[in-house]
Amino acid sequence: MTHRYRESRLILAGCLALSLALGIALTLPAMAQDKPRYGGELVFVVPSEPPSYDAHQEETFGVIHPVAPHYSLLLRVDPFDKTGTKPVGDLAESWTISKDGVTYTFKLRKGVKFHDGSEMTSRDVKASYDKIIFPPMAMKSLRKGAYAAVEAVEAPDPQTVRFRLKWPESSFLLNLASPWNWIYKADTLAKDPWWYEKNVMGTGPFKFVEHVRGSHWVGKKNPDYWDKGKPYLDGYRAIFISSSSAQVAAVRGERAMIQFRGFTPADRDSLVQALGPKITVQESAWDCVLMVAMHHEKRPFDDKRVRRALTLALDRYQGSQALSRIAIVKEVAGVQVPGTPWATPPDELAKLAGYWRDINASRAEARRLLKEAGVPEGFAFTFKNRGIPQPYEPLGIWMIDQWRQIGLNVKQEIIEASAYHPMLKRGDFEVAMDFQCGFIVEPDLDLGRFLTNSDANYGKHKDTVIDDLYVRQARAIEPEERRKHLRALEKRLLDEEVHVLYTLQWHRIIPHSSKVKGWTITPSHYLNNQLDTVWLSQ
Amino acid sequence: MWKYILKRFLLMFPTLLGVAVVIFVLIRVVPGDVVELRMAGDRGAVSEEALAKERARFGLDRPVWEQFATWLLGVARLDFGRSMWTGAPILEEIKLRFALSLQLAVMATIVAVLLAIPLGVIAALKQDTWVDYAVRIFSIAGLATPSFWLGIVFILGLLIIFKWLPPMVYTPFWVNPWQNLLQLIWPALAVGYRYSAVATRMTRSAMLEVLREDYIRTARAKGLVEKLVLSRHALKNAMLPVLTVIALEFAFLIGGLVVTEQVFNLNGLGLLFVQAVAHRDYTLTQALVLLVASAFIFVNFLMDLMYAWLDPRIRFR
Repeated sequence: MTHRYRESRLILAGCLALSLALGIALTLPAMAQDKPRYGGELVFVVPSEPPSYDAHQEETFGVIHPVAPHYSLLLRVDPFDKTGTKPVGDLAESWTISKDGVTYTFKLRKGVKFHDGSEMTSRDVKASYDKIIFPPMAMKSLRKGAYAAVEAVEAPDPQTVRFRLKWPESSFLLNLASPWNWIYKADTLAKDPWWYEKNVMGTGPFKFVEHVRGSHWVGKKNPDYWDKGKPYLDGYRAIFISSSSAQVAAVRGERAMIQFRGFTPADRDSLVQALGPKITVQESAWDCVLMVAMHHEKRPFDDKRVRRALTLALDRYQGSQALSRIAIVKEVAGVQVPGTPWATPPDELAKLAGYWRDINASRAEARRLLKEAGVPEGFAFTFKNRGIPQPYEPLGIWMIDQWRQIGLNVKQEIIEASAYHPMLKRGDFEVAMDFQCGFIVEPDLDLGRFLTNSDANYGKHKDTVIDDLYVRQARAIEPEERRKHLRALEKRLLDEEVHVLYTLQWHRIIPHSSKVKGWTITPSHYLNNQLDTVWLSQ
Repeated sequence: MWKYILKRFLLMFPTLLGVAVVIFVLIRVVPGDVVELRMAGDRGAVSEEALAKERARFGLDRPVWEQFATWLLGVARLDFGRSMWTGAPILEEIKLRFALSLQLAVMATIVAVLLAIPLGVIAALKQDTWVDYAVRIFSIAGLATPSFWLGIVFILGLLIIFKWLPPMVYTPFWVNPWQNLLQLIWPALAVGYRYSAVATRMTRSAMLEVLREDYIRTARAKGLVEKLVLSRHALKNAMLPVLTVIALEFAFLIGGLVVTEQVFNLNGLGLLFVQAVAHRDYTLTQALVLLVASAFIFVNFLMDLMYAWLDPRIRFR
């Protein structure tokens, strides 16, 4: 009995050892796969080209995608955070916020070097932020308005930067992680503030090699990068391809590994079908949205019942299902991107006009409101849309059909893309598509356009309640308080007054070569382009 | 003869001036503004203050006549200014793309000439036989097929059948001839086919006309070998209209391959042209229009000289 017991124990121990060995053997390749590999050149497509190299003065991702790997920021958005809303230190090692919320003090990393070998200090951070917030006379700064709260930027010692604010601002920290706020060298800026328009020199993970206009941009590994062990790549090559079919062909033909802006659902499907496991697809709600501006000084859109009817007519849930198959839109959302900290919970969203689950009830109410406002059956108006295929055209056609179902007769007028913005500014429309893309999902950044005096208040509404709620949410320190003001603002904007009408959230689709590792999709195509965490598995 | 050349040469300048005036006015009539386009980006909202600063920087706040005078004076000194989109000197922008566009135009012309002249001559000699019909079908198909569509077919064919795509970045011929040809041969074939179709039709009809002329009958009556009749008497005279077509097509190719360049992602003048217009880059668009107009005018001038050489009646008129 004892002998048999010993035997069975031995067999059991053998089995355990075997399964352990098998387990280790099977896990090892997977572990090796997840361990970053050094070397290789990342080749990616950029659909647009940088007009200049100075991100402080530019507004297109065409600057960020090829040029960002040469620079560092004070703070950056965590490259592995899928919501794209978590700030982490880049040049800043740590920071403190004063109790009254008006002083932010940052301790900088030591030993960070510019690509010319000089040391980076707080003078450089101060000079860069001074250029953004208080630009020289003739120089423009597109993000100056986002830092209206800043009274001064100070550099008390070489490793410390201090921002003094005029009032507390809950979004300030995240706003400092803006992907546009590259840190430049103070001495260079002092000699020539325009120098960075045509030259590249930062502290980022890659050094500049060449830019052949209309063709490509090349960067090589910075061996002195402050984050030891990074970057993993030997270098990268950005190829400028404007035609969307040529972009897809480049990935399909394995001439490029990724395009960081986004492809259409049809492009994704064709790439997956052609390349199978060689393609990995990452998807996310996209911090871009098309809205409908209704001119508040033109009849009958000066009547909020009419504006409310227009939003009530839209079956967003059904539209999401149908349009997400053919266009780069998907999520039904309020004023914040779903899945991010300030997004409207679906139950609350369903209470707002135009988001009701019962579309028949919604449209019946829309018809009632139109009748009450004296708008006759078959009332005709012109909807102006931007001449860009994705997603403007499919969304425009969908909305016209939805409005037809409450008895409106809408004619679409397509305006060429370059003439569109001036048209909006002139107010030369009754109802028109409006657009916004953000770089970080943050209410202060996204909702400023709805203030009465905003340059982007194309519908020309005047609403001091909105203005007040905006300031309250921006200055609220406690998240719950901020959330309360935010929901009130959203209700007033989209439901009670219907100053604008949100359509569907854009949906970002990135099909990329399965060789590309260490890159995580976020809701913004402006984020996560420093490439220091990216590596190639082969 | 010299008087004729001088007259033709001097006529080029008022033509170019006319083009300059027209393009300067037209580009400003089109709605849109380079400053707004560049600064609005995806976000859409830009302050008036930022827009005004940028307009002042480009001189767009000055009266139009002053902008025109400044530009024209620059052009006279061959200084076309800077691109309003990239800030780079215009000549640098053009120089970057010119080599590719010129090489593609030359390659497409070679493809076209190699196809068109033998096919056109054979079709004329074998008029109304199956050979003629085959050539006519081939050339009509070429006329009916847009070169960008053929380019897409090439790309899809290469991708699906060979799982291969031509290089997407231009390598100059003198740096790596093989890489260069791998990239440019496909667009040259796509463009050259359509181009050859036009030239084939022209060669055939010109040959048919010439072959019925009295001097051909005389040459044959003198007992001249048929090969000599065709090459020395018929082909030389039939070449007049064919050369015109080839030359004009060549000039067109310098800046006109807009869609084909997009399909193959070629960094050429056609693509630059589209981007310049889309961005409302006034200075760059003006310079490109002047360049293309100059190419046409210069080619026309060369053709006039060629005509005079080929046809003595023109010289002595």
